Amino acid sequence: MSAVLDADIQLRLSRLSLDVAFSVAPGEVLALLGPNASGKSTTLRALTGLLPLDGGRVVLDGTVLEDPAQRVKVAPEKRPIALMFQDYLLFPHMSAVENVAFGLRCHGVDKKTAREKALQALTRLDLAEAAESRPGSMSGGQQQRVAMARALVTDPKLLLLDEPLAALDVSVKTTVRRLLRDALRQSRAANILVTHDLVDAVALGDRMIVIEAGAVVQTGTPAEVTARPRSGYVADLTGVNLLRGTGHGTVLDLDDGAQLTCASPAAGPTFAVIAPAAVAVSRQRPEGEGVNTWRGRVSAVDLMGDRVRVRVEGTPAITAEVPPAAVDQLKLDEGGDLWVCLSPAAITTYPQ
Amino acid sequence: MSRQKWRVNPLLAVLAGLAALFFIFPLIGLITGAPWGHITDVITSRTAVQALELSIVASLASTVLALIFGFPLAWLLARGQFPGKGLLRGLTTLPMVLPPVVGGIALLLAYGRRGFIGKPLDSAFGITLPFSLAGVIVAESFVAMPFFVITVESGLRSMNRRLEDAARSLGAARRTVFMRVTLPLIWPSLAAGTVLTWARALGEFGATITFAGNLPGVTQTMPLAIYISQSSNMTDEAIALSLILVVVSLVVMVFRRDRSGAQ
Repeated sequence: MSAVLDADIQLRLSRLSLDVAFSVAPGEVLALLGPNASGKSTTLRALTGLLPLDGGRVVLDGTVLEDPAQRVKVAPEKRPIALMFQDYLLFPHMSAVENVAFGLRCHGVDKKTAREKALQALTRLDLAEAAESRPGSMSGGQQQRVAMARALVTDPKLLLLDEPLAALDVSVKTTVRRLLRDALRQSRAANILVTHDLVDAVALGDRMIVIEAGAVVQTGTPAEVTARPRSGYVADLTGVNLLRGTGHGTVLDLDDGAQLTCASPAAGPTFAVIAPAAVAVSRQRPEGEGVNTWRGRVSAVDLMGDRVRVRVEGTPAITAEVPPAAVDQLKLDEGGDLWVCLSPAAITTYPQ
Repeated sequence: MSRQKWRVNPLLAVLAGLAALFFIFPLIGLITGAPWGHITDVITSRTAVQALELSIVASLASTVLALIFGFPLAWLLARGQFPGKGLLRGLTTLPMVLPPVVGGIALLLAYGRRGFIGKPLDSAFGITLPFSLAGVIVAESFVAMPFFVITVESGLRSMNRRLEDAARSLGAARRTVFMRVTLPLIWPSLAAGTVLTWARALGEFGATITFAGNLPGVTQTMPLAIYISQSSNMTDEAIALSLILVVVSLVVMVFRRDRSGAQ
């Protein structure tokens, strides 16, 4: 696959120093995942040209859009890029159809044709009846679809979606997510989706890139990234325990000083992933040879669906998942100390 | 919020009622005191017609000047980033709180025949501002334009500038962004600023009489004519002229309310 977008973005802002590089193929959806203020939205603004680069290079479809070293910078309105904003930013003084036609008019399409195309785009998204409404009188889901139509109608070479589903109610999220996936599948554009919702990233993204504090910490398919997280942020999203250490055969020396016995050998700096359901807890010291046991203090008990998550502060600190009945049996709400028991086979290791 | 039965605090009602009456009584005074018997003679008199014409021409001209020069100033104050911006805002809006007669004296010292701007202006181009229609317009602009600047500036500040980003990302050049997005979005404050400025210019007295003088047919605007009538015991004429100003202002205010209510 030849990339349609090659981006190397270097930016120094007062609160953030951004340095990320990636490419996106035509029709591909790159999910850009990261915590708040990690530089996701800044990356999108930089791609649109609304925020000038300090270094790096942006090439789209063979055209250099920006290269500070060569003093090249194509103006935002001259870039074949559409940006869909988290809060949609529909023009409040225009009807839905005028909002959608705006971009076409700016690209020199005559009034009548622009209107027709805009109406078609709205109809495809099941919004024909709201075409003459102003954004202020529409529901969040309708506004979201108008924003989607407005972004897609100009047939951009690069489509940027900034948290497109974040502002929606849970009740409409699933429907709109499917609509969005269909729309993205049909587009020949390179697509970048910024999100901090793992479900969106997995459902919509072909590839994932995780950024933290302005730098890329992991790239891969959603399956790869979630199976082998390389940052606490991703591990928290998928709900697994992520530990760091140094492997010496089947013994893993953790960075916090503890030692774990693993089933498979590892060497050098190593990540260890442990599913909370594989972590057992008890009030009495567990018996049994060849298992990892240690003691810690209960710091939080949270109900997650039909399971209960228990955070145990010890060396290492770990999260265990127990059935609700265990809360009473172990008197977890009283806090206190717990013994943790972890089978070597439950630890998945991979190099850092 | 649920619609609860609306109950008014009695003290609040009394105070609000007194405030309303405070404004209504003088109007009643004007209406009842008007020389209804020969009002047409008074308001079609040469003095009245000249003063009204002059007032309308000068107030409209200073409103246009406010649009031309005040808008860029408001833009700069709202969007610009430069040292001394706060000071500049203070200086350009000072006439709002300054006694107009002080403004008139300051204008004389700068743009008067012996003023440090007026003197070279006179000797180089033969332009003299004081005691001319141009002087009336200058005085009215000095006092009224700040209302336009401050209203439009706050409109520019409160609009969501990211809508302009959205327009640019959709391919709009700066000019298009301004015409199709910025201008329509700040339209309410632009309209309000224009009306306020015009109303203030129409009522201007202190700076005008100080800087432009009181020459009937040249610089005597309505407020000046009213004051002269009143002080020369021609009370009937003063009341009739005042009524005209009240009617003109009222028409504009009501029209403005309707327009902004439709937003």
